[in-house]
Amino acid sequence: MRCRRCRAAAVIEIRRNNAAYCKTCFVQVFREHVKRTIERHDMVAAGDRILVAVSGGKDSLALWDVLLDLGHDATGLYLGLGIGAYSGRSREVVQGFAAARGAALVEVDLERDYGFDIPTAGARGARSTCAVCGLSKRYVFNRAALEGGFDVVATGHNLDDEAATLLGNTLRWQTEYIARQAPVLPAKEGLVKKVKPLHRLSELETAAYAFLRGIDYVVEECPLVAGNTQLRYKEAMNAIEAGSPGTKAQFFLGYLERGMPLFATADDVDLRPCERCGQPTTGRFCAFCRARAQALGERIDALVEDGEVVGELADEVLPAEIYGRTG
Amino acid sequence: MRVRLRNPDREVEVPGDRTVRAVLDELGVNPDTVLVIRAGELLTREVRLGDVDEIEVRPVISGGSR
Repeated sequence: MRCRRCRAAAVIEIRRNNAAYCKTCFVQVFREHVKRTIERHDMVAAGDRILVAVSGGKDSLALWDVLLDLGHDATGLYLGLGIGAYSGRSREVVQGFAAARGAALVEVDLERDYGFDIPTAGARGARSTCAVCGLSKRYVFNRAALEGGFDVVATGHNLDDEAATLLGNTLRWQTEYIARQAPVLPAKEGLVKKVKPLHRLSELETAAYAFLRGIDYVVEECPLVAGNTQLRYKEAMNAIEAGSPGTKAQFFLGYLERGMPLFATADDVDLRPCERCGQPTTGRFCAFCRARAQALGERIDALVEDGEVVGELADEVLPAEIYGRTG
Repeated sequence: MRVRLRNPDREVEVPGDRTVRAVLDELGVNPDTVLVIRAGELLTREVRLGDVDEIEVRPVISGGSR
């Protein structure tokens, strides 16, 4: 198998594009792709300060690596989730990357800064562990960006993440979430602009890039993820993709081009400040403050309000992708 | 040949002298969901493996909240 660009021996094959690349060309193609995506969607303006949400996994570190190589002002944000040795290893990896690249890193720790960890919140709260983890990330990313004066939050969501999330949203006809599954969510009412520069690249590509760049990333899966809905959707999509390469891309990228406009009116919620923390929400208290209160055994009188229960149920089945929904 | 599988970590012995694709088929692994690594190098599906080779089959799928 030969590299599409230089005809040297290939190390990675991208079946959906009927293409293969050598190490040098693949890294170059990956970078060019991210650069084009950022430009095409106006993800970053000149002089913007980017806060990159980094978990220690392949996607977020690959993204941070590319943004730095493209010359962007990209600071990492690591959120300590308190998931035992897994979180310890993740933190080491992120700190190691930041030190090696001389990049700035902001660290937030749920236990230190908010008094609870994800295993406790998952065990005590009404949400699944992945759901409370997801809402905690969205909350902290936005708050840290606002408090740090960043212009944009960048996350490492890839094509497989997006296709699996769209599948889940579609299976339940969660039109409000379908409408928000965009690669760019502009800033509004206390919400920092969010971008996903890797949304057109598969997990295979982000993993290959991280490996070929020699990035030390966490290969181990989160110990709490077993049975996760998102993983089941990914497996289903991969089974389809195996027989029909390109289906995932057609599904998600086709949605962006032709499907999203049909759902635009579904994304119409009024936000107001959470009465506890001030972050934007649709009810009196944001989902993060409610989850935190449950984890700490505190009372928060909005827990039983009908409108907010609806929001919690939606978070439960859609752990991965509700950027606009911090409330 | 020896194959190191991840998540969970384990090792299996399988016959060599065949392609990466054939080994993944035997293991029931979708080639689009893994990196196959030998001595620090990525391998495509057509690469032929020897009896004494050692490879790592590393999943690329991440789950959970993102």
